Amino acid sequence: MTNRHSVRFLLAASVAAFVASSASAQEAPAFRIGIVTFLSGAAAGPFGIPAKNAADLFAEAANKGALPAPYAAKGFGGRAIELVTIDEAGGATKQVSEFQNLVEQQKVDAVVGYISSGDCVAVAPAAEQMKKLLLLFDCGTPRIFEEGSYKYVFRPVGHAAMDNVAAAIYVNATNKDFKKYAGINQNYAWGQDSWNDFEATLKAIRPQAVVVSSQMPKLGAGQYNAEISAILAAEPEVLHSSFWGGDLEGLVLQGAPRNLFKTMNVVLTAGETATHRQAQQIPDGTIIGARGPNAIFAPENAYNTWLRAAYSAKFNALPSYPSYHMVQSLLALKFAYEKAKGGDTNKAPTTDEIAGALRGTTFEGPSGTVKMSLGGGQQAIQGTAYGRTKLVDGKTTVVDVRRFAAEEVNPPDGVKTSEWIKTLKVK
Amino acid sequence: MSSLLAVLIDGVMHAAWLFTIAVGLTLIYGVMKILNMAHGSFYAFGAYCCATALGQYFAAGLPPMGAFLAIFMSALIGGILLGLIVERGILRLFGGRDPIVMLLVTYALFLVLEDAIKLIWGVDPYIVGEPLGLLGVVKIGTLVYPGYNFLVVVVAVLVCVVLTSFLQQTAYGKILRAVIHDPEVSSTLGINVTRWSLVAFITGSVLAALGGALTAPTISVVPGMAVEVVVMMFAVVVIGGLGSIPGTIIGALVVGLVRSAAVHFWPEVELFSIYAVMALVLVVKPKGLFAGMELRKI
Repeated sequence: MTNRHSVRFLLAASVAAFVASSASAQEAPAFRIGIVTFLSGAAAGPFGIPAKNAADLFAEAANKGALPAPYAAKGFGGRAIELVTIDEAGGATKQVSEFQNLVEQQKVDAVVGYISSGDCVAVAPAAEQMKKLLLLFDCGTPRIFEEGSYKYVFRPVGHAAMDNVAAAIYVNATNKDFKKYAGINQNYAWGQDSWNDFEATLKAIRPQAVVVSSQMPKLGAGQYNAEISAILAAEPEVLHSSFWGGDLEGLVLQGAPRNLFKTMNVVLTAGETATHRQAQQIPDGTIIGARGPNAIFAPENAYNTWLRAAYSAKFNALPSYPSYHMVQSLLALKFAYEKAKGGDTNKAPTTDEIAGALRGTTFEGPSGTVKMSLGGGQQAIQGTAYGRTKLVDGKTTVVDVRRFAAEEVNPPDGVKTSEWIKTLKVK
Repeated sequence: MSSLLAVLIDGVMHAAWLFTIAVGLTLIYGVMKILNMAHGSFYAFGAYCCATALGQYFAAGLPPMGAFLAIFMSALIGGILLGLIVERGILRLFGGRDPIVMLLVTYALFLVLEDAIKLIWGVDPYIVGEPLGLLGVVKIGTLVYPGYNFLVVVVAVLVCVVLTSFLQQTAYGKILRAVIHDPEVSSTLGINVTRWSLVAFITGSVLAALGGALTAPTISVVPGMAVEVVVMMFAVVVIGGLGSIPGTIIGALVVGLVRSAAVHFWPEVELFSIYAVMALVLVVKPKGLFAGMELRKI
């Protein structure tokens, strides 16, 4: 081959390689996922940032193909994923326009997000209208799929009714003689719904017990001395609280020295998040939940082992339940994408195909088996667990753990939670 | 223990906390006629400074009781620094502007400080509960209170006594009262009004920071904590009358006791009760319970 021929050959080869690489790039642009979580405000520290950290961790591991089987394929079925993370702060109206921006400006293929129930309720219809996949990862209200019908909106984690039904069953089973109970919950949808479900469940399964105090301080109030006095004066045997974040931590700080946790059985439905920073302050015997079998209640499986090890290595802390919720939701999306893709290596499944693959399916995650059983297959059910805290070597552990089957603490599909709770029987 | 006694104790504790913060707002308004929307941020800044100081203090393994000195010093240093920067660096540039403009300026400052706090301390909560247990507990009937809660009451009483004594019984206090009464006439009499404005602003800033520092061991110090306090402070000063220290005492007691009574006897109306009382006071006395007579100026 002459020099001239060599040069021509090399040029041709270079052009061919460039065209081939361009074509390859055009065939598989990254799958863009909008992540919406609190990056500022009171919910950022306990929920938003652990969820963002988990999303970043997931994306990094997924793109490297470092997730446990059957999620070991790189990215989503070989297609790289990219995250576009935005702040959930600002209220529901802002979030609807931010969602539209994610879809129209950022060209995301799916959105995984929302901690606030108010944001979920507002954004879900917008996603449906825009025919864009939306996976709600942490918000609790059961109303989404009980009052609406969706094709593109999913929630691959359990809803909040499960937390409070299970809490009521737990205290009923472990306190044989209690006759009086009280509540302290934040005065907005989350706190009110949580208290209503807890109270309704106890009315159904323990009708002889009466409410002696129901405190509803403002979200973010911070100071609870008067509420604690009122509760102590009412002398309940059980106290229910769905407090979260700084409010929960404040209640523990102010309640512990006043014997609030010694004189009654305190059940904290979102208590797991406080155990990371307040292991020393949460008195032994406090009943805590983790909004599903997450974190301290997570089962031993490959996904949980990976999440705990990878999160600890990267962030020097154990993942809390919002991290589990985020990873579970992203795994659901990956699972659905790869299921829709099937064995066809060149196929990029459509939004409808991914939604179809996720609807009504069952998949495995770090908190165990997840069944998309409610809301016509759009809403997950899972079992859950409650236990009592016990400080061991400076770390919170749980004892007297009771695990609940998914069907025990969730209504059947098509039945509203409030109606189903009324049918629960005394045991 | 009777519920009434519990209402009284809880109400007084809440009032003491409110007074310590709100009296700074009153002082600033009295001297500078600025309704400082950023006062809540000074409170939050004090809480964060205290959380940092206590974290360092306990990490160094120093004697636990010295933590109280760390609380007061963090409030003093943080309050002076922030007050100085804000008054000299920002508010001075808007001197003599319409009160509405100043309200907007301080609101903007509030938003800036909220973000500044996040930049400095991040969004993770700070928990420094150790001092809460250092003073033991006080049993009153069937109820148990941390001794620390009574320290807050003592500090509020001291602040009240020192401020009142300073204003009423010292020469400098008389000068400050003259500035409060009429800055223009004071200026013609040779009083350096600018300097006294700075002193009043820094004192108000330190008091807000002290309120935050005293609160830090009892709460989770988180971004956004300033918002809740701003609302309560304005309720206190509006009920008592803007610029009046006796009014702030009464305003704090009214808000503290009404809230406490609502929590004990009718928790559903806890939030409403404070605003209902505030509305009632404004209907009867639109300038608050202790607003002084306004002199007509030519």
